[in-house]
Amino acid sequence: MNSNSNLQRFWLVALRLLIGWHFLYEGLVKVLNPKWTSLGYLMDSQGWFASVFHSMASNAGTLSVINFLNEWGLVLIGLSLILGLLTRLGCIGGILLLLLYYLSHPPFIGSEELFMMPREGSYLWIDRNLIEIAALATLYVFPTSKTFGLDGLLGNLLKNKPTQSH
Amino acid sequence: MSEENKNQQEQPASSGRRSAIKALVSVPALGAMAYGVYKKTQYDRSRRNLGDLFRLEPTTPPSAQEIKPDGRTIRLGIIGYGIRGKQLLRAAGFAEPSLIDTWKEAARLSSKDTRYKDYLEQEGLNVTVTGVCDIFDTYAEAAILSGSNIHREGSDGTFGPQPKRYRYYKDLLAADDVDAVIIAAPDHWHGTMAMDAARAGKHVYLEKPMSWTVPETYMIRDVVKQSGITFQFGHQGRQTDSYLKAKQIVDKDILGAISLIEVCTNRNDPNGAWVYPIHETANPQTIDWRQFEGDDDRVKEYLDYMQSQGLARYVGPEPRDRFSLERFFRWRCWWDYSTGLSGDLLTHEYDAVNQILGVGIPHSATSSGGVYFFKDGRTVPDVLQTSFEFPDRSLTMLYSATLASQRSRGKVFMGHDASMELSSSLIVKADPRSTRYADQIAKGIIKPDTPLITYIPGQENVDAVSSATELYFAQRGLLYAYVNGKRYDTTYLHIREWVECIRNGGTPSCDIDAAFEEAITAHMGTRAYLEGRTMYWDKDKEEIVRG
Repeated sequence: MNSNSNLQRFWLVALRLLIGWHFLYEGLVKVLNPKWTSLGYLMDSQGWFASVFHSMASNAGTLSVINFLNEWGLVLIGLSLILGLLTRLGCIGGILLLLLYYLSHPPFIGSEELFMMPREGSYLWIDRNLIEIAALATLYVFPTSKTFGLDGLLGNLLKNKPTQSH
Repeated sequence: MSEENKNQQEQPASSGRRSAIKALVSVPALGAMAYGVYKKTQYDRSRRNLGDLFRLEPTTPPSAQEIKPDGRTIRLGIIGYGIRGKQLLRAAGFAEPSLIDTWKEAARLSSKDTRYKDYLEQEGLNVTVTGVCDIFDTYAEAAILSGSNIHREGSDGTFGPQPKRYRYYKDLLAADDVDAVIIAAPDHWHGTMAMDAARAGKHVYLEKPMSWTVPETYMIRDVVKQSGITFQFGHQGRQTDSYLKAKQIVDKDILGAISLIEVCTNRNDPNGAWVYPIHETANPQTIDWRQFEGDDDRVKEYLDYMQSQGLARYVGPEPRDRFSLERFFRWRCWWDYSTGLSGDLLTHEYDAVNQILGVGIPHSATSSGGVYFFKDGRTVPDVLQTSFEFPDRSLTMLYSATLASQRSRGKVFMGHDASMELSSSLIVKADPRSTRYADQIAKGIIKPDTPLITYIPGQENVDAVSSATELYFAQRGLLYAYVNGKRYDTTYLHIREWVECIRNGGTPSCDIDAAFEEAITAHMGTRAYLEGRTMYWDKDKEEIVRG
């Protein structure tokens, strides 16, 4: 192993931690706030899929399911990335959530000024959701959790189990 | 993946402990997160404690009484089925089928449009419409149709029995099958009709303003009080949630001494300036112009005042008996029928302030303004400023209106310790120079630039820690429309309160005394404008006197 690949691994793990932190905290904030709802965000949707998101918000039952999935999805994805546990699943989950955010608030010309929610920063087609999607995809193809994470231990556990029975 | 596996496989068995440490290398991040979340929660709690300091109790609108299912059905009559009459009958549960068609179509086109759904969800008031009166045939026929729309359906719906049409409102008032009337005729008819209704023993819901002339104002109060009927006056703001919260804030003295209140009207379209469309079926055959002219006694009171004060230039300019489509549909533009900005729009603002502060009739009123934008031959001004003095309360209420700019200004209550702004949300901010909060401001516990209290209608909680996003949505009406699933129309609530008081006894929130105060205040503002001098209220003699 040369120092270059050590550096590579360091930054991959760091990236995994940072994104994990971001997801986990976003999730915890929502879980800890009993008043939190995705309603405003969904109603603020613009672009091609806006009507889909609006209809999600219009039904109280669907909305509470979405709220639950989003809150705990964020928490679990965050934990998965930080702990390096089932990390590839976490990456896929994260990419799916971010894709939904991207589609509901697409940074397209014209739709940008329609959003009621204040957004920091200026975006043209590419926004932070998309960049985070790319980062998660990168983590998916360069996994680190077998060495730096619980996936390695999990792998050993699963590998050792059948041998023990012999 | 393959490379990572290879790395792992290459590890000698003896380095198991090292790899276990590596595997757990990121776990401390969770500790840091837990610490961070703990600190953040502590911070929020300290701010929330500040919120507790200014905690408000839950408020319920006066109309929140349960509708008793076995109560007696109230039989309604409506006099005047123009723009407001339609809104009132709709709020009572009888909408025009054509409007339901529009709402249904809108809901089909956009799931966001829940007007039809909301309307269907409004509880029925256990009322029927048995009589309608309008002097324009088209409106009267529309009122008959709406009155029979008992299932709140569109044009293709099934309708109930049709209410009877009366050509003269006195005939409607004489009908045995009418218990109560909604009066939504033009301003110059309000007082006369209300008195006749009260004398006939009918309960009255009267649109604002209460009166057109000053002399009738006293008479209406006497007649209504003597009759013992249930009287509700049409300031539906009495049901507005944020006004009820505002009253609590003032009662708790959170604002300190209030020295100035600014209330405003800002509109910017012909409709808002009373240039209403003229109906294509309107002509001398379909409109009873003689009745439109008004009650002889009222017209005499009006002309007596105008002539005695040298204000003849504000009368007319067209003769009263000459048929005019413009004057019939746009009557608010002429003093001959109207009470101008004071009667139409200041009254709502004043009643809100009177509801919150209980200021009563002002000591004096001074006005200025003019016809500055809609120079279409109208005699009532389209820009008006009136300042009302309340020396007993050590405060001024400034009303400022234009019909040619929509720049929204809200209602602002300026206190020495904090100010309160009422719009679709309610925001209280501490004053940087407050005496009472000086210590807390110095310590940084209270930040004058962040709201001390934020109230978003539709949410029961008043929270000092409303997120910026929540506020953002609320100010654009989004949360208000959807949170808690149900949004009530305040006009519906106001009628509901009236109907429940008729059935079960009790006095509605906007009673005859509130109406009297409103009317006198508006007249003082109007007279100050017309005569160009300050008007005073002699409390003991109950008279408007000149400065």
